[in-house]
Amino acid sequence: MTGTPLLSVRDLSVAFTQGGETTLAVDRISFDIADGETVALVGESGSGKSVSALSVLKLLQYPAASHPSGKIDFLGKDLLAAKEADLRKMRGNQIAMIFQEPMTSLNPLHTVERQIGEILRLHGAREAVIPERTLDLLDQVGIRDAAKRLKAYPHQLSGGQRQRVMIAMALSNKPKLLIADEPTTALDVTVQAQILQLLDDLKREEQMSMLFITHDLGIVRRIADRVCVMTNGKIVETGRTEDIFANPQHDYTKHLLAAEPKGRPILLNDNAAEILKADGMKVWFPIRKGLLRKTVDNVKAVDGVDVSVRAGQTLGIVGESGSGKTTLGLALTRLISSEGRIVFDGRNIDAFSFEAMRPLRREIQVVFQDPFGSLSPRMSVDEIVAEGLAVHEPKLTREERDTRVVEALHEVGLDPDTRFRYPHEFSGGQRQRIAIARAMVLKPKFVMLDEPTSALDMSVQAQVVDLLRDLQRRHDLAYLFISHDLKVVRALANEVMVMRNGKVVEFGRSEQIFDDPKTDYTKALMAAAFDIEVAPAGVVNE
Amino acid sequence: MDQSATLTGTTVAQPRRRPFLSPLNQRRWKNFKANRRGYWSLWVFLFLFILSMFAEFIANDKPIVAVYKDQILTPIFHTYSEKVLFPDDPLALPRIDFTDSFIQDEINAHGWMLWPPIRFSYRTVNKEVPTAAPSKPAFLFDSREELCARYPMGAQDPNCVAGNFNWLGTDDQARDVLARLIYGFRISVLFGLILTALSAVVGVTFGAIQGFFGGWTDLIGQRVIEIWSSMPVLYLLLIIAAILPPGFWILLGIMLLFSWVSFVGIVRAEFLRARNFEYVNAARALGVPNRTIMFRHLLPNAMISTLTFLPFILNGSITTLTSLDFLGFGLPPGSASLGELILQGKNNLQAPWLGFSGFIVISVMLSLLIFIGEATRDAFDPRKTFG
Repeated sequence: MTGTPLLSVRDLSVAFTQGGETTLAVDRISFDIADGETVALVGESGSGKSVSALSVLKLLQYPAASHPSGKIDFLGKDLLAAKEADLRKMRGNQIAMIFQEPMTSLNPLHTVERQIGEILRLHGAREAVIPERTLDLLDQVGIRDAAKRLKAYPHQLSGGQRQRVMIAMALSNKPKLLIADEPTTALDVTVQAQILQLLDDLKREEQMSMLFITHDLGIVRRIADRVCVMTNGKIVETGRTEDIFANPQHDYTKHLLAAEPKGRPILLNDNAAEILKADGMKVWFPIRKGLLRKTVDNVKAVDGVDVSVRAGQTLGIVGESGSGKTTLGLALTRLISSEGRIVFDGRNIDAFSFEAMRPLRREIQVVFQDPFGSLSPRMSVDEIVAEGLAVHEPKLTREERDTRVVEALHEVGLDPDTRFRYPHEFSGGQRQRIAIARAMVLKPKFVMLDEPTSALDMSVQAQVVDLLRDLQRRHDLAYLFISHDLKVVRALANEVMVMRNGKVVEFGRSEQIFDDPKTDYTKALMAAAFDIEVAPAGVVNE
Repeated sequence: MDQSATLTGTTVAQPRRRPFLSPLNQRRWKNFKANRRGYWSLWVFLFLFILSMFAEFIANDKPIVAVYKDQILTPIFHTYSEKVLFPDDPLALPRIDFTDSFIQDEINAHGWMLWPPIRFSYRTVNKEVPTAAPSKPAFLFDSREELCARYPMGAQDPNCVAGNFNWLGTDDQARDVLARLIYGFRISVLFGLILTALSAVVGVTFGAIQGFFGGWTDLIGQRVIEIWSSMPVLYLLLIIAAILPPGFWILLGIMLLFSWVSFVGIVRAEFLRARNFEYVNAARALGVPNRTIMFRHLLPNAMISTLTFLPFILNGSITTLTSLDFLGFGLPPGSASLGELILQGKNNLQAPWLGFSGFIVISVMLSLLIFIGEATRDAFDPRKTFG
């Protein structure tokens, strides 16, 4: 490390004022970033890591946000005291930033060329060199056939390519410091590995420093030189990456490191009765063209998949986004129409109408991904949990219904006294428990879990996985567990199906898929998920 | 399995029972109150509206209560025959005219009467107008003598009291302007409210069905609405109003035919957006019937934009009614109507109090409603709620 750091943050606090109440989001944090160094800010959601990073460039909503204390030194200048005009010169020039959501960070109405050109122009590049420099940048961030991509609009690019364009924009003025705010969270694991590799390479080539914000410890280990662990707005531990991982000092760091979903699925029972079986499942969305809207082609979201789930067992379905795994789940639960035979509990349900399905709905339950979206904000928890009871057991008296709701909430580890509150008063993990209670109150036989843990923090994920396993054991539930997160799948699934482009790539027992994958694609997926390694060209999407 | 303890990041005060307003609505009410202008407008409007609902007790040509020979008369609710006063008179009229001084003397001799503050109803013709109708407001006269010139005993007449003065003058048929304003305000607001409520019911139903089912239902519905709403509404109203006998409910029905369309767009858009929300899918997965999903999960979403729209539609309805009245195609002749008052103002430029008082009442009423509408919009603004 050199004598003076590139960026030095001292006693930085951030407070938000809303409706007369002030909350302290960041409480006197200090850290340094040296030349060419990558520092990671790690923490769970709400720990204040993003807010800290945004205050470096004063990108928060002022005056709602304020800095009661602190100093941010960048090349001998205090950024907190700097004038807006000076900051504007700094942003995108000496300090650049990339954001989490590549979908929304690019303007959908402008071509890639124009968006990169704009940044160059803003910071005083000569008009003549802009096209050439734009092309160089796209090459540099690894976009193939860059010349052809210049005129592309953001929607024509994949998520990974969009994030590459964002990085190209950030790099355009050769910044000294790159702030990356969860740049890979919205991407598939295989693409995530590629982007991290790219960032690492670029940092070395361009001699940049990097401030990396993430909640994922795997990424930290892969990319960071030093780590700052944040919780509740404070940095509780700072150190070199190896030291933190090998020898964590603070309780919270230990808790975070121990938080990965653990445990093994309950034992596979080959003799268990088959509760759901489907053959040749197909979900095709027609592409219509011409005046008469003739179907010219189909988007084959799910294309000839056979599924079998046994009572008390878990079938895990893994795959990248767009692989058709959620579509398959929705088709199996008859929430969207499909082709192919579906047998549930001895009955052929693929031709059932919505009305005919209703009695079966209590046995087939669904838990959705987003616990913030899946609970109606206008209903209290007891109304949410009791909704299914009103449909399927209309004869229950009010007291009986209430007893069932209390039981269900108890079962998922929530205090039944909180049942008159509304969803917004609960944390993400608690909300997901409410969603699980809503499914469990009907005593189903089969539950489809659609990415039930992806919107949750790591430590909460582990708790939810434990809860699901516990419920499965107690009620002999069959799960269809859909996830892109292989760690969670490993902890819960007996059998795993790997999907890609609507087809099954590999299917087998969990141990076999995880420990001895046969196909290149599965191998690449495992490497990307567990070791964050980049797959050889051509095996995975870009 | 006691993980909830570790999960609970923040502890919230524990309401054991559901509060009267859900937390979301409490926040909305707070936002509404934060818009001081709208909040005060709401109270002022409610005060005026509720007051006008009791118009019969404020402005009427009959006493509120009269006691005659230990008999209690409530002329506002009952029509009494003169036989009550003169049981033996073969010429007794079927209706008592309480403004007649002979009758007043008879009642006062054997009991008493409690008059409303204004002794004119909207259609009472003042037989003792001080000057030729339209006569100017009472405060513009110099003396009581002048005001009561037409009474038999002049300023000493028992009927020369404040209640019998035309405080805002009379119109060209010698009817009291103030009384007509009070009744006109009531009928305008009631008309607007009923029309808005009915249009909302029809429009929300159509929008909900279109948005929820989508596809062909939506396509056909939208085309029908496009054709329907491209009709020249005002001309149609004029034509229909010319054929059908004018009346409150007929007019309401005709205007309802066209006013519901304005709700469909917003409700349909809300339903289209919200029908793919995860909690709607979750309800579907629970087997909840479509109708329940629409009512319980989707309608509250759509109600926000509908409610935001409501005060403005209400204003539009009132304005349409007033303009029809102004053109002479509105409520039947003789009804208390603000539009008709304005028309009189236009025809009697020598009597500016007609036009001015009509204009002031209409503009105050519409402004109050717009301010309330603005505050409603603030209240339902999600950025204000959560920002």
